[in-house]
Amino acid sequence: MKEKKISKNLQDNLITIGIVVVGYVIVTILSASGVLSNLLQGLLVPLCAYIILAVSLNLTVGILGELSLGHAGFMCVGAFTSAFFSKCTEGVITVAPLRFILALLIGSLTAALIGFLIGMPVLRLKGDYLAIVTLAFGEIIKNIMNVLFIGKDSAGFHFSMKDSLSLNMEPDGMVIINGAQGITGTPKDSNFTIGVILIVLTLLIVLNLINSRDGRAIMSIRDNLIAAESVGIHITKYKLMAFTISAALAGVAGVLYSHNLNSLMATPKNFGYNMSIMILVFVVLGGIGNIRGSVIAAVILTLLPELLRGLNDYRMLIYSIVLIVMMLYNWAPNMIAFRKRMANRFSKKKEVA
Amino acid sequence: MSLLSYLINGISLGSVYAIIALGYTMVYGIAKMLNFAHGDVIMVGGYLIFTFVSTLQLPVGLGIVLAVVLCTMLGITIEAIAYRPLRNAASSLAVLITAIGVSYFLQNVALIIFGANTKAFTSVVNAEPIKLFGDQITISGETIVTIISCIIIMTVLTLFVNRTKAGQAMLAVSEDKGAAQLMGINVNGTISLTFAIGSGLAAIAGLLLCSAYPSLTPYTGSMPGIKAFVAAVFGGIGSIPGAFIGGIILGIIEILGKAYISSQLADAIVFLVLILVLLIKPTGILGKKVQEKV
Repeated sequence: MKEKKISKNLQDNLITIGIVVVGYVIVTILSASGVLSNLLQGLLVPLCAYIILAVSLNLTVGILGELSLGHAGFMCVGAFTSAFFSKCTEGVITVAPLRFILALLIGSLTAALIGFLIGMPVLRLKGDYLAIVTLAFGEIIKNIMNVLFIGKDSAGFHFSMKDSLSLNMEPDGMVIINGAQGITGTPKDSNFTIGVILIVLTLLIVLNLINSRDGRAIMSIRDNLIAAESVGIHITKYKLMAFTISAALAGVAGVLYSHNLNSLMATPKNFGYNMSIMILVFVVLGGIGNIRGSVIAAVILTLLPELLRGLNDYRMLIYSIVLIVMMLYNWAPNMIAFRKRMANRFSKKKEVA
Repeated sequence: MSLLSYLINGISLGSVYAIIALGYTMVYGIAKMLNFAHGDVIMVGGYLIFTFVSTLQLPVGLGIVLAVVLCTMLGITIEAIAYRPLRNAASSLAVLITAIGVSYFLQNVALIIFGANTKAFTSVVNAEPIKLFGDQITISGETIVTIISCIIIMTVLTLFVNRTKAGQAMLAVSEDKGAAQLMGINVNGTISLTFAIGSGLAAIAGLLLCSAYPSLTPYTGSMPGIKAFVAAVFGGIGSIPGAFIGGIILGIIEILGKAYISSQLADAIVFLVLILVLLIKPTGILGKKVQEKV
């Protein structure tokens, strides 16, 4: 019995990863045969980043049962720290894959550290505080990134919160983070293949976590905190664990995203509240707690508005309606009862016929 | 002298936060949910008054009354359509995500109707500024009206909750929904009433906010809304005097932070306050600690 269950999990996970791999093969063939437009090709790496973000947010929302509205903030941290690193070491480490791997480590570890620091005070509390604090955090990070100036010259690093002139650099100095203009000229170390590899890695981490002893402990906290506590599960530890991993994965998405851009800026559009909401819509539409659903929803909702250009003005409005309707449909007790009645009626009709 | 005028500006901004926070804290106390859309009702209130007074040229008083009534109805509608069906949902996340959806919906409807351009809001407050210390400090009419309205609203609301039957029903529902229902209290009606009051207050807050800071966009409400939530948490969520104190302190912190530290980081400072409060005293200044029973 036990073995059978494990193999079913394995089978499920293999299907999810298989979908990603098949998607990758199809896209590669299409792009080699020149069917994909330039626009769609440019969308491939951001799409990978969105998928990773959606999976990582689903870990927080679906598995841990807390709401994070600052996932774009963790992505921003990962993006900026890693782009900063890559730009500084561009002349020193010339092997691009090695540089990217180091950048990946730095981006994800910084995001994890910040997730840990934020989670520590907040996850001990009950209620909706995590949502509001992560929302606040996302805004803080965006604000700070817009006023941060860092430059490098022969004397070392210079740091300012005012403007690039007050960095007081030697003439040979180079401004690395230029306030609202962000980081320009990050080496383009990421591509679609790396993106897909990172998606598969993310899926392996998250799916393995869910099916492990730790993952079951995390889900038991979601389902009943008091019962979980009474059987000896360390609530704060497991909450922090899930949240930190989720933040680290959002950082990975940021690294991927930033190494595909020539100029990285912290605008409300890419790292603000809107982005966090968009990722939340992916998770809700794909099914809260359903990792495969997140992947599919991210793909559909990223490609659909690009294919239906005319809808662009109404895109956010449609997202908000999707959010409300999906929540009511899936979670309202009356709706659940209604759906059960309907299902019963239809199955009865079939028996009669 | 400049410190004094910063303090007065802070109290003025804080009074707006306090009015918004009152709505937040009442709804949180009774429905145990974070109404993310509250801030956007402020924005709707602002646009309604703008439409009535600037576009349709209605008398100011009539415009305000109409805006408050419409916002009240909006609040009741949102509660009935989006929140009530989810009140007994298995996960408390459900209603939170729906609230975010509603907030987003209101912003985007406003965006489509009014466009993304900033609308110049003409102040509807018609009061003479006061000059103190031989013209060294000027207190604008908006500031005076804001502070006075906040004190009046606070007093009326406290009296309403403590002295009237409907107010007592609110307290009972916030304490224990099931028991209140057994005592013959109409729980759904009471929650609707709370949303109605909160949304009406949001309309007034929108009016005061846009009079003091005369620019109106679809996102006008979201930041003050979130900050007012910070104020409500600061003062102790669920407590009416707490929302007032939290709002005033937060307003002062924001204005002083803007003046002495950095204007771009003022928001960050406010949110830092939230994280510090949650770290040191999560129940806020006047909040009660409630032990959860199994």
